[in-house]
Amino acid sequence: MFDSLSDRLSQTFANLRGKGRLSDKDIEQTCTEIREALLEADVALSVVTSVVEKVRERSAGVQVTPGLNPSQQIITIIYEELVDVLGGAARRITLAKRPPTVIMLAGLQGAGKTTLAGKLAMWLKREGHTPLLVACDLQRPNAVEQLAQVAKQVGVPIFSPEPGNGVGDPIKVARDGVEHARTKLHDIVIVDTAGRLGVDAELMNQASKIRDAINPDEILFVVDAMIGQDALTTAEAFRDGVGFTGVVLTKLDGDARGGAALSLSSVIGKPIMFASSGEKLSDFDLFYPERMAQRILGMGDVASLAEQAKRAIGGDEIEAMEAKFASGQDFTLTDFLKQMQGLKQMGSMSKILGMLPGAAAMKKQIADIDDGEIVRVEAIIQSMTPLERENPKILNGSRRARIAQGSGRKVSEVNSLIERFTGAQKMMRQMAKGGMPQMPPGMKMPPGMGGMAGMGGMAGMGGMGGMGGAGMATGAGTFGGGFGGGFGGGFGGGKQSPQKKKSKSGNPAKRALEEGR
Amino acid sequence: MFNGSGRLFRRREKLEPSQKFGRRLRAIFTSGKLDQAEWDELEATLLGADVGTSATRSILAEMRERMSRKDEPVEALRATLLDALACEQSRDVEITKREDGTPRVFLIVGVNGAGKTTSVGKLAHLAVEEGARVVIAAADTFRAAATEQVETWAERAGAQIVTGGAGGDPAAIAFDAVKSAKESGADLVLVDTAGRLHTKVDLMNELGKVRRVVEKGAQVDEILLVLDATTGQNGLTQAKVFGEAVALTGVILTKLDGSARGGIIIAIQRELGIPVKFVGLGESIDDLAPFDAELFVEGILS
Repeated sequence: MFDSLSDRLSQTFANLRGKGRLSDKDIEQTCTEIREALLEADVALSVVTSVVEKVRERSAGVQVTPGLNPSQQIITIIYEELVDVLGGAARRITLAKRPPTVIMLAGLQGAGKTTLAGKLAMWLKREGHTPLLVACDLQRPNAVEQLAQVAKQVGVPIFSPEPGNGVGDPIKVARDGVEHARTKLHDIVIVDTAGRLGVDAELMNQASKIRDAINPDEILFVVDAMIGQDALTTAEAFRDGVGFTGVVLTKLDGDARGGAALSLSSVIGKPIMFASSGEKLSDFDLFYPERMAQRILGMGDVASLAEQAKRAIGGDEIEAMEAKFASGQDFTLTDFLKQMQGLKQMGSMSKILGMLPGAAAMKKQIADIDDGEIVRVEAIIQSMTPLERENPKILNGSRRARIAQGSGRKVSEVNSLIERFTGAQKMMRQMAKGGMPQMPPGMKMPPGMGGMAGMGGMAGMGGMGGMGGAGMATGAGTFGGGFGGGFGGGFGGGKQSPQKKKSKSGNPAKRALEEGR
Repeated sequence: MFNGSGRLFRRREKLEPSQKFGRRLRAIFTSGKLDQAEWDELEATLLGADVGTSATRSILAEMRERMSRKDEPVEALRATLLDALACEQSRDVEITKREDGTPRVFLIVGVNGAGKTTSVGKLAHLAVEEGARVVIAAADTFRAAATEQVETWAERAGAQIVTGGAGGDPAAIAFDAVKSAKESGADLVLVDTAGRLHTKVDLMNELGKVRRVVEKGAQVDEILLVLDATTGQNGLTQAKVFGEAVALTGVILTKLDGSARGGIIIAIQRELGIPVKFVGLGESIDDLAPFDAELFVEGILS
């Protein structure tokens, strides 16, 4: 059911070899597959029809030649069409000439407005702004309390004069909130409003009154990525009721394809500005049309993974590490631990790997990955003295026994960790000498991703045998060997995935080197 | 045991304005036979209601089959859809305690923002109205202010509540609620769990744990998945994955008072055999009603 479109098309074209052009029948079948795939992704029917028509026109030009795979060509065509539609109106938040910039949030109940208000505030704060949150959802029980807690978590002040639960005038609160921001010199105001149904005229009317009272610079329509065919009706109701200037997609950490994004960009013509995923308040980013197109087509989300890795590890850390290796210093257990902790910050292993292309095929194995492994590795390294961490060579038998006892693990686990670390260290040395160890040909490193090579040392992880290779094989080519090498090379040992091959070397990191990942 | 006709009547009124079965269809189906454009329009209607491609295909096939046996198109469609929604188990739920005095226990689960807490409040109200004594377990310890929200609902509904505060262990809170219900002789325990996306393995495991721990105190009678009617094809995956983690006994379809028609439940019923038991129809506390397949089918085709 959740086969990616490329799998489906490969099947369609399985019997096609060197025939010149695609026959009408081939094109017809292709169009049916595309239509089904887009409908399964919750793209609105009218939008599906128009995309399919465009692809049909362009498919006629596809040449079937040996060496050029027609399904890849068709996928490229669809991908281009989707990116075109999704990115047509892309833009950033418009800041008011005279602060404060007023941002109003609107959307259906349960779309995630209040959580998003917090995430947006945190993001803006990181960008150097001084946001103020204003609690205008006086409808839902304890929405005000929820926003207050979210505000506290992100360290952003909140304006909430009314207790909510049906008490208070949201229009007055909104107006006073903006005034408050002006006097307290906040440069951005985020106004959280009550969720409402598109068909509820009364609440829609209230929203438009709030809008008139505060004259927002941006009205963001918050929509759940899981929404189905109703996305258009709802968006149209909001557009006509309150109007909005941009869209935020939430709950992208689920496995919904998020076809609504395509419907909204295509029909409503308002840009999707932000993408929100995950339960942590930091799981929030700008919207990237390419990533969304890949997601709708079931192609994985490598670029988002790279972004998150970078953020979790921290740009400074990466630079510092690069500088360190460049100066000829060795990779130590301290660095190893830092990487491990960065990886942990990115979320669960299954979430991270779920973003890799082709990961859908390995859902079961991904689900079995043991996140506890990172915790155990951490415990072991933290049971070492600073000297031992910098200088693992001194780890003799009695030191290892002490570490095992200190971390509550077995000596054999300590041994295997050190062995894996040694492998990683070798890899890092090789990299310091000159680039990637055995990079697969044709893998590009995106700018700024060089630092991710540091991730190559993620050797301590369990359960990932066979993963790196699979991820890279189908890779979109946007994400380089740092991660691929890291996962593929480092992971192994621990809980085994069924795909794991028999190895020549007992040392997983060494094995990875042998296999040339 | 909810079958109050007054409630259903209210619901009928709510759905009334645009939704007369067959009105639109009769406009589409001009004769006993359908031409291609009419089939296409019907397909578009089903797809537009989130019924999904594969369920739509089989519904249309079955309808053709019925029509070949000389059924009227409108009747054929109605029968096909009702068939798709037919369910072997009863949609009734028991809300009075067992003869041995142990309470009934309902676990309310679902993704973030589906409307779990609101549904718990409405269910509590419905049960209290029917004369049951209800205890709510505030086991959503994750979302900010969730406990406060369910407290407000408990107060409105006239139900007792057991809380453990933010960051507490949901399984422990649920267990305490069951214990307290047993002690006070209450009829029904409603466990409000934290919203979780079905892709989060840890959180799905946690749900299994809540169930196991609760079962040390009393049998769990219903595990109800709360599903937003606006949900598209992902709803099927949600039902599947939640069903794997904890055996679902039914669905509460919320926000059906909007423009969404909730067709994904047809696929859920067809493929997984999980029946819808309640529908949420609005923001007020009485806006929860037992599921009625005929009314739902009218809604789909409106």
